[in-house]
Amino acid sequence: MSVDIRIAGARESTKQLDSEEISSLVTPGDVITTDTGFMRGHGTYMEDDQLKASVAGVVERVNKLICVKPLKTRYNGEVGDVVIGRILEVGQRRWKVDTHSKLDSVLMLSSVNLPGGELILLELLLLLDNVTQAEVQSVFADGSLSLHTRSLKYGKLGQGVVVHLSPSLIKRRKTHFHSLPCGASIILGNNGYIWICPTGNEMEDKTGGYEQNLEPVQRADREVISRLRNCVLALAEHKMMLYDTSVLYTYEASLKFPNI
Amino acid sequence: MAGLELLSDQGFRIDGRRVHELRKIQCRLGVFSQADGSAYIEQGNTKVLAAIRGSKQKTLHDKVLVNCQYSMATFSTGERKRRPRGDRKSQEMTMHLRQTFDAAILTNLYPRSQIDIFVEVLQSDGGNYCASVNAATLALIDAGIPLKDYVCACSASFVNDSPIVDINYLEESSGKPEIIVATLPKSEQIVFLEMNSRLHEDNLSKVVDTAVKGCKDVYQILDTAVRDHVSQVATVHGWEN
Repeated sequence: MSVDIRIAGARESTKQLDSEEISSLVTPGDVITTDTGFMRGHGTYMEDDQLKASVAGVVERVNKLICVKPLKTRYNGEVGDVVIGRILEVGQRRWKVDTHSKLDSVLMLSSVNLPGGELILLELLLLLDNVTQAEVQSVFADGSLSLHTRSLKYGKLGQGVVVHLSPSLIKRRKTHFHSLPCGASIILGNNGYIWICPTGNEMEDKTGGYEQNLEPVQRADREVISRLRNCVLALAEHKMMLYDTSVLYTYEASLKFPNI
Repeated sequence: MAGLELLSDQGFRIDGRRVHELRKIQCRLGVFSQADGSAYIEQGNTKVLAAIRGSKQKTLHDKVLVNCQYSMATFSTGERKRRPRGDRKSQEMTMHLRQTFDAAILTNLYPRSQIDIFVEVLQSDGGNYCASVNAATLALIDAGIPLKDYVCACSASFVNDSPIVDINYLEESSGKPEIIVATLPKSEQIVFLEMNSRLHEDNLSKVVDTAVKGCKDVYQILDTAVRDHVSQVATVHGWEN
């Protein structure tokens, strides 16, 4: 067996060498415009009749609205987004969910599809530290999110792996659930949380996840899941956008290396 | 320290710099993947790591609470020493950092939440406050937290009738006056100013001007680093438009 060894300094830079500066790049305090006819969007502030940037990023103009989109932020929820969250607190009539946004999100009991229409104890549905999949129902004035799991697509997630990434890496698509041909399913939450699980339990029988399949996952399935997880992490390391095709291509490319 | 010549007749300082020259600054953004934002900075031999974390302890209903934690590694100085978190020196530094960033962060945008700034000095060779502020600024920008402007800090002293900028440990401990300034470089507002030892009133403005000029030089370097970082990442994201 031959082994290549080199010192860290000799490693080729993984970053692109010729990344010339983008024209609409601003950093905090930069004046975007002195024209007062514009509206102030996210990432900007007004001072002395000048519109200035408050974050480092790219200027986006939509008609009269000027926003600056930073590279990395907490998740800014939008209605209809698919998110993955972790239950932080079980309350009287609601759950507190961590969705990587600035404030904790809320999942009201009334926004949950109860199995069989019966009222059962909150604790039985979602326990502390359970992972759940939901859709953003509304955004409160202070920016915190209200979630719902009204459809049977959503609900508690059983056996699988969560990966935490930056929300800006997730490409917005029509669908965020994918059953990949390699034998695992992946949910790319808009909030940067990703769920990888074996195909054929929650996604197929659509019970909202409240009838949990606790059968041991086969070793082959586990290997596929870990490989997918590593692929997702590798894509994120190189700041590549995540969507079904990119994940699948990476997975296929990784099959050249049989031992993880 | 009587025998030490801080400024030679030829105008060179102990480490070979001229009076208006900063130490070499190297920095990197996004060094941790788990933190919301992080940065590493080297100013000469002073090396500092900063990390930002947003947490959701409901504190102030109308604005964000800025919380800092400054600590020095046991191996950061010449003498190895265990430094408990809450000692006087680091408590003072923590307070100063908090006041500095309270002035720069647009605090009204994040009600009911808290921003934790963790600063760790890995190697200390003078200008710990300055390096900490610069590192924390980079980390805040990396985290995408809205700031009025960069916060840049720089120190200055006064030796042989001439102001010297960005002083190192030897110059700091020589008993000469020391002025530390943190500014918002674009609007030239001073958000923090500290003076140690004594300095004649006539020379004060000269030294402060030198420090403010130093802050602007620091700003140029930090801005270049941020622009490089953002361009690099955004090109991969496919954002160039």
